[in-house]
Amino acid sequence: MQFGIFSVGDITPDPTTGRVPTDGERIAAMTSYALKAEEVGLDVFASGQHHNPPFISSAPTTHLAYIAAQTQRLQLSTATTLITTTDPVRIAEDYAFLQHLSGGRVDLMMGRGNTGPVYPWFGKDIRQGVPLAIENYHLLRRLWREEVVDWQGKFRTPLQGFTATPRPLEGTPPFVWHGSIRSTEIAEQAAYYGDGFFHNHIFWNIEHTAQMVGLYRRRFEHYGHGSADQAVVGLGGQAFIAGSEAEAKRAFRPYFDVAPVYGHGPSLEEFSRMTPLTVGTPEMVIERTLGFADAVGDYQRQLFLIDHAGLPQDVVLEQIEILGREVVPVLRREFEARRPAHVPSDPPTHASLVAQGPEARHHLVAPARGAAVGASA
Amino acid sequence: MTRRIVVLTAGLSQPSSTRLLADRLADAVVTQVSARGESATVEVVELRELAHDLATTMTTGGVPTPAVEAARELVSGADAIIAVSPVFAASYSGLFKMFVDVLDPDAVAGTPVLVAATAGTARHQLVLDHALRPLFAYLRAAVVPTGVFAATDDFGGAGSGELGDRITRAAGELAAAVVAAGVGGLGSDRASGRAGMRVGQDVTDFEDLLAGLGQ
Repeated sequence: MQFGIFSVGDITPDPTTGRVPTDGERIAAMTSYALKAEEVGLDVFASGQHHNPPFISSAPTTHLAYIAAQTQRLQLSTATTLITTTDPVRIAEDYAFLQHLSGGRVDLMMGRGNTGPVYPWFGKDIRQGVPLAIENYHLLRRLWREEVVDWQGKFRTPLQGFTATPRPLEGTPPFVWHGSIRSTEIAEQAAYYGDGFFHNHIFWNIEHTAQMVGLYRRRFEHYGHGSADQAVVGLGGQAFIAGSEAEAKRAFRPYFDVAPVYGHGPSLEEFSRMTPLTVGTPEMVIERTLGFADAVGDYQRQLFLIDHAGLPQDVVLEQIEILGREVVPVLRREFEARRPAHVPSDPPTHASLVAQGPEARHHLVAPARGAAVGASA
Repeated sequence: MTRRIVVLTAGLSQPSSTRLLADRLADAVVTQVSARGESATVEVVELRELAHDLATTMTTGGVPTPAVEAARELVSGADAIIAVSPVFAASYSGLFKMFVDVLDPDAVAGTPVLVAATAGTARHQLVLDHALRPLFAYLRAAVVPTGVFAATDDFGGAGSGELGDRITRAAGELAAAVVAAGVGGLGSDRASGRAGMRVGQDVTDFEDLLAGLGQ
């Protein structure tokens, strides 16, 4: 199973000091979190993609390539890649390039993005969010899997005789996740292609998350990729960890109370009941996280949000340290102990996809169609 | 067949005249449904009790608390709704609107709705037609022709019997709409189109979504 951290790359004043990091300081801090993640044995670092203040994460492949150059085994991912407003041709090129630079340590998580003006800034219509995600992703799969693409669609200028370069590393496109909170079309999309489904349930109750994952699992099986419990599932999580619950709450509450998105709203205690947020001891975080598998089934990737709300760099580094040294080793052991033998522990990696060979379903643009054709032949 | 009547009442005091009106309307609707040979249950959502939960939902980017979720489920599953708000600053109250704001856009589409309001004086009575009716029109609810407005004076004194007449007429219209909706399975069709907060488990096959885009 893979464990890691994800950052949206927000610049938020530290509410206890009023200090605002510069863009350069925030980028450097994010880099240090990724390096720390590898140092303490975490598996994944994922960057968001935003095109508006207070976020600085507008160029994730540039940043991930820089991190790749300084790490050996860290998996580099996104949370999320804007499949609606980013040209799929550029996604195909940028992430294939990153595959080569990082030795295949790349996967992506597709998301639609919910910042309204980003759509018109990039010439798109937010009301077409789902159709954009569907058309753009299907084109992306073709660009990675077909040498020469002739293509026509609704949202982008047509392509004639186009070849995306560089070609994917060893002819093997990166594994893709689809992230969505509420849209059943996206769970269906992930299931259709046999891709991973990521539910970032840090703002949602686990019962809702379980319904979305359940739908994805059922449809994954329907499309012939394996049994429902073999579907590839990832979850978000949010924790602040200290030696005692009282100490964790004392340290985190000033940040929680005024945090973007949920600040000035529910109390830390209320929000901890409503969502997966756990503020307390390593044991509390372990118990809460293990409970996720009771709700959604054994899953393959757990990412934690640890660097938002203006938390200073030294505190975040310490949080990653505790996560990597005290929480995740126990989670690995406990999750494997409960996992049935036929349920994969890890999501597909570049190595595992290459090992499956060029005839594997991963290399089909639409594996579900391929299976249907094969069945009738 | 038992019809589910859900009452939304946004009064703040205890007891409130808004709740008094809501109870009279609910009793009258049950009586009128019974008169048409059907039975009805009444479930009341006291929005005052949801005030904190609604604020929490607003300030968390839309995470429904268990209480908000339960109320949303009630509304989505209702065969008819009686919506009663006090008039605050020339409109329905902010609390009333906060609840409407957390509903799924399709939550009450096609649902028969009786709109009602209370205020200190009769000068506010156009709130029914200038505020409540357009709100439920936006939600594509089927608002019955008679709305019921009760000023403080309507609860006693000369001419207060007219309130009872309006209640009876409005209740009759809502009961007729509810009972008619059951004919030919229309009611079940309507209910299936509303997801409320539940994740719909009926999905459009992805091939159809791709085909719709010519892919």
